[in-house]
Amino acid sequence: MKKAIIEAKNVSFTYEGAPSPAVQDVSLTVTEGEFLAILGRNGSGKSTFAKLLNALQLPSSGQLTVNGIRPETEDDCYEVRKSCGMVFQNPDNQIVTTIVEEDCAFGLENLGTPPQEIRARVDDALRSVGMSDYAQASPSMLSGGQKQRIAVAGVLAMKPRIIVFDESTAMLDPIGRRDVFSLARKLNLEEGITIVWITHFMEEAALADRLVVMDSGRIALEGAPREVFARTEQVLSLGLDVPEMMKLADALRQAGVKLPEGLMTVNEMAVELSGRPHAAPNAAAEAPEEKAAAPGGKAVIEVRDLTHVYMAGTPFEAKALDSVSLDIAQGEFIGIIGHTGSGKSTLISHLNGLEKSLPGEVKVNGVDLGDKDTNLIDVRRNVGLVFQYPEYQLFEETVAKDVAYGPTNLGLDPNEIDARVTWALKQVGLDPAEVAEKSPFELSGGQKRRVAIAGVLAMKPAILILDEPAAGLDPQGRRDMLQLIRGIHDNGTTVVMVSHSMDDVGRFCDKLYVLSKGEIAYSGTPAEVFTHDRRLHEIGLDVPECAKLARRLREAGFDMPADIYRTEDVCAAIVRNLNAGGEAAC
Amino acid sequence: MLKGMTLGQYFPGDSLIHRLDPRTKLLATIALIAIVFVSQGFAGFLLIAAFVLACAASTKIHLKFLIRGLKPIFFIIVFTFVLNLFFQTGGNELVRVGPVRITDQGLRMASFMAVRLILLVVCSQLLTLTTSPIALTDGLETLFRPLTVIHFPAHEIAMMMSIALRFIPTLMDEADKIMKAQKARGANFETGSLIQRAKAMIPLLVPLFVGAFRRAEELALAMDARCYRGGAGRTRMKQLKFQGIDALAALAILMLLAAVIVLNHFRVF
Repeated sequence: MKKAIIEAKNVSFTYEGAPSPAVQDVSLTVTEGEFLAILGRNGSGKSTFAKLLNALQLPSSGQLTVNGIRPETEDDCYEVRKSCGMVFQNPDNQIVTTIVEEDCAFGLENLGTPPQEIRARVDDALRSVGMSDYAQASPSMLSGGQKQRIAVAGVLAMKPRIIVFDESTAMLDPIGRRDVFSLARKLNLEEGITIVWITHFMEEAALADRLVVMDSGRIALEGAPREVFARTEQVLSLGLDVPEMMKLADALRQAGVKLPEGLMTVNEMAVELSGRPHAAPNAAAEAPEEKAAAPGGKAVIEVRDLTHVYMAGTPFEAKALDSVSLDIAQGEFIGIIGHTGSGKSTLISHLNGLEKSLPGEVKVNGVDLGDKDTNLIDVRRNVGLVFQYPEYQLFEETVAKDVAYGPTNLGLDPNEIDARVTWALKQVGLDPAEVAEKSPFELSGGQKRRVAIAGVLAMKPAILILDEPAAGLDPQGRRDMLQLIRGIHDNGTTVVMVSHSMDDVGRFCDKLYVLSKGEIAYSGTPAEVFTHDRRLHEIGLDVPECAKLARRLREAGFDMPADIYRTEDVCAAIVRNLNAGGEAAC
Repeated sequence: MLKGMTLGQYFPGDSLIHRLDPRTKLLATIALIAIVFVSQGFAGFLLIAAFVLACAASTKIHLKFLIRGLKPIFFIIVFTFVLNLFFQTGGNELVRVGPVRITDQGLRMASFMAVRLILLVVCSQLLTLTTSPIALTDGLETLFRPLTVIHFPAHEIAMMMSIALRFIPTLMDEADKIMKAQKARGANFETGSLIQRAKAMIPLLVPLFVGAFRRAEELALAMDARCYRGGAGRTRMKQLKFQGIDALAALAILMLLAAVIVLNHFRVF
């Protein structure tokens, strides 16, 4: 049996002045070389537990041994930190210097390592994370995923036995996320480093050796990912999610298809199903039906040949947008997808005149935003824009005052403003009586975001644009947020949602625009867009899991329509195939 | 709007001057400034200017970048010139307009002060153009290290400077984002009276400060996690080393100083 590298016995920790412990009576053993994932809602104590592992906090009670050390004195703490490295969530806030390789050297310099040895270890570490070419680069020029790799290199140079990743992929796009996760996996397999991987992403957790689910500071569930996710009901009630394939497996079982327990990945599901007798492919049915145009309202936003160049005339010149054209009709729910740097944020900044570019034309309700006489305040009243992490823009003493900021700028009369504040807070699911007089800074992360969205809603825009509204939220928070936005759309607002989650846009949007390198690569209904799965993968995007399965089965000779991606549709298609193949459904 | 602002004005290159040890460049700049003050005549200035321009030419940095640094202090130069011109009343009168006399001595003094100011700025420009901010910080830390004996926080100051350099672009970006977000809520930063405009900055400044504190807290934690505990017992990966060219630079500076002293002595103006 392998030896334990982390041993926690009845560990509790209470923050100073907090009414209840953040970590409560946690007992957990991690064996050397294990890849352990920790899941849990925001505030479930995951991050606090991570800080205990790294001796950034010491347990209030109980025993915690890390790599054979029970930290008590300050020197013990440094010993623990040497053997247990930590990669944090925000890539920006953990890089100390302005040159990549100097940042990697930071830890070793602190330990007083001789210069030649630092040099050698830094070079090794940068090679391990595949960033040798960027040794002299400035971190501010790197992407989020690259920054996280630098952070890993900085930890790696200290030759740790354990690395704790505290939601290190939460702020990354799908490419960055894949990158950092596979790096952790590689270090685990090739160098035998024990990994503790804290995450909100079920796909990542599903690939761990073992899973721990925390809730209110305690361990709620523990076991192999399959075992844990098999308890679908309980996992959902803990505010988490299960991998898409497990949901599909559940649906299939309910439809009478016999499946073994614990199918979790597309591959497993495809292998399981493709051997079974099924319907012959039907070429006639393949052609995706032409869908009727979306609820044909009049165009509210028209963009023609928009090109935007950053830092024109300098060596850093870059095209953020390259002749982009798009139309948004009244009442539509539009999704804009693309990886970081694809021009999404630049594009939406043009839609309410925050940015203007030539050549190109942007019209809102027929009014040209490029025209000098256009009243931009009127445009902004009409087109509400919620940026990424909008909670970071809150500034007033009370929630009510913050929400009133927009309406006040519009010059509305005080009664109307009060009415709108109450209305907007209700719209985002907050109780005005409860939160209105609170400081926005006292609220939880999810609540802050709701207040920020209310601040835009209070201007009663006819068109609402949201940039990554669910970024960084836990699965339950994500579901709630998307539900909220759907509600706003159902009330008659035209919604444009920027996202890099194909699952989210697939579920809600009428029409998608895929941006890549400043150009629109694809546009159309989600079904049409998802048929380009290979190309999408190349530009760093993913199609929903069920769409991937549908393709695998189609290649295995199943009769699967080319345009299905929703769990219920894929489930129905599989059942139809198996029935036609003669396998008794019941 | 704030995007694309470069920090400092480092101009990457591989010239002799670029490759000098940052400590050499710091000390040489201080020496150059001293020499500018030592010089008592235009001949000395001419020599210094020739020296600085020769250095600048060797770095292949366009002259306009050296001159650009004068823009912010252009007003001060003009002011100094005019002040000296009008209030130095000794010497022969050249022009007289009402009560204002302009004398040859006044003109000489005014030009002398203006040229001196220009030279001072150009010398320091040359330093910042050829030395990256981080190299400057390293150089300052090493130069000030002996002062730690009298509890001068050399390492702490250098660390603060380096972190500031690291985070200024990040905070600029953030300021840009917040500004856009508040504009999207109908904020107006551009028009109105001074007081109105100052008030309009609150929705920008509060989130910016809150954000900066949040970042500081997270950064402190990340530094702790990587065993940071101040300057004591710390080593550096990159060691600063004086080389042949540094000695050469020192020699050049000394020769310049000697030449200026000789010019002073023989009162060559």
